[in-house]
Amino acid sequence: MTEIAAGSPAPAPQAGRRPEAIKAIPVRHPWRWLSAVLVLAVAADAVYTLVTAPNMHWGVVGTFLFQRLIREGILLTLELTVLAMAIGIILGVILAVMRLSTNPVVSWLSWFYIWFFRGTPVLVQIFFWFNLALVLPHIGVGIPGGPLLFGVSTNVLITPLMAAVFGLGFNEAAYMAEIVRAGIISVEHGQTEAAQALGMTRLQVMQRIVLPQAMKVILPPTGNETISMLKTTSLAFVATVPELFTRAQQIASFNFYVIELLVVISIWYLVMTSILTIGQYYLERYFARGVQRELPMTPLQRFRRMLFTFRAPQAPLT
Amino acid sequence: MVKAEAVHKSFGRLEVLSGIDLEVQPKEVMCVIGPSGSGKSTFLRCINHLEKIDAGRLSVDGELVGYRQRGDKLYELPDREVCQKRSEIGMVFQHFNLFPHMTALENLIEAPIRVKKASRSTAVAYARALLERVGLADKTNVYPNQLSGGQQQRVAIARALAMNPKLMLFDEPTSALDPELVGEVLDVMRRLAADGMTMIVVTHEMGFAREVGDTLVFMDGGVIVESGKPREVLANPRQERTRSFLSKVL
Repeated sequence: MTEIAAGSPAPAPQAGRRPEAIKAIPVRHPWRWLSAVLVLAVAADAVYTLVTAPNMHWGVVGTFLFQRLIREGILLTLELTVLAMAIGIILGVILAVMRLSTNPVVSWLSWFYIWFFRGTPVLVQIFFWFNLALVLPHIGVGIPGGPLLFGVSTNVLITPLMAAVFGLGFNEAAYMAEIVRAGIISVEHGQTEAAQALGMTRLQVMQRIVLPQAMKVILPPTGNETISMLKTTSLAFVATVPELFTRAQQIASFNFYVIELLVVISIWYLVMTSILTIGQYYLERYFARGVQRELPMTPLQRFRRMLFTFRAPQAPLT
Repeated sequence: MVKAEAVHKSFGRLEVLSGIDLEVQPKEVMCVIGPSGSGKSTFLRCINHLEKIDAGRLSVDGELVGYRQRGDKLYELPDREVCQKRSEIGMVFQHFNLFPHMTALENLIEAPIRVKKASRSTAVAYARALLERVGLADKTNVYPNQLSGGQQQRVAIARALAMNPKLMLFDEPTSALDPELVGEVLDVMRRLAADGMTMIVVTHEMGFAREVGDTLVFMDGGVIVESGKPREVLANPRQERTRSFLSKVL
């Protein structure tokens, strides 16, 4: 193919020859540039106001950003998120499969669980587990109405951390169950039939055929839930779990730099959610295999493309 | 191989099968034709218990589908035994229904490994042989959506064959294909018939029915209107209903 200078008239296609690729002047988008300038100006003003606020001690932010207590708080926040989401996802999948079971008792049980745990505030649930020892001092196995055969003190079994994990995780399971159920329903019924016709059992069909395909519907909202959970862990404050938010409150109660410490933990929350967002993106890419002919672009590829063209990214071919 | 006696099936108030009687001998190829809504697909699905029949008797290889008879009482089969029975019957669907998250090879080895507990190496070796048999040896590691409709349907046939079925059910296997791709699928089926597979084929391909079929069954309104040697039924239909249907499709 020979190069022709931009702007020179394109030669008419000749018979028997492949015509040159079209090189047209793209449509200009002056409003995009104008709106970008406007947004940047407003953002710059907001940042300027905050940075130069007379009583804002940025030095304090710097001091506490990597302080030991804050670092420990971050670890605990991550631990809470992972544990609560693990309970939420595992229990959620089980509840979703139960909900769609042909056994009415199992299905009804799942419905009841979702109704209960979705219908009460998560804050109340965390408080409930935290204070369970008030009504049940011992937990164990025994004869109803008779003696306890084996048991431990509730306060030993349900530490503040466990109270927060149970409260957050059991509540999350109710939401995850609905997300997973939506994913399962979204898989075409022909898939189930084809698998059944091969002699696969209900459980095998679910595990091998339906759930893997449901993943592409389940994943985006699950990423959303995980990010949401990361921030909701701050409710563990009420169970005296020294996670990130609790730590900030504790430090601020000594030095009164309330806003500064909130800025510190906001930075950390943003960092963590950003990492999760990237992880979610690559996970979704993985589960898109066999569904899309071309994998969607990675954020880096998309960023480059956006920088160099400043156009709306095109939808990938399906 | 398959014996149906007065098989009835309703969906709610709509009776789809109103008494089907037929018998398929081992190695026989039976083609079933008829207008849409005549119950031919439903009947096929009853044979491997994807649908439950309401009345009558349906048996495969001398054993009732979905039930066991002891004395004069019928007992429903538990899920595990229904699955076991289904694993002996291959089924090919109009829309292929390949598993899109698995490659062609993975589609073929899934059921042998999970259901028949075959070893992975045995399953893979057999799957490769089958893909070669349907002319797709080079598509082993390709995902279904990278294949044409005809190729997908050939993989679907190979997937059913991977279980070594004693009976193959085809539910309009070429109806969703571009006309130029129909031939390659029919070729595979023709060879399968020549190898002695017992087949029930719901189809609109009269040429295939005439050439490959041992029996032709014309269904309408949930009953068998006419059946016989394909050539005779197609050339000299005895029933007026058959005649008017054939005049529209031939």
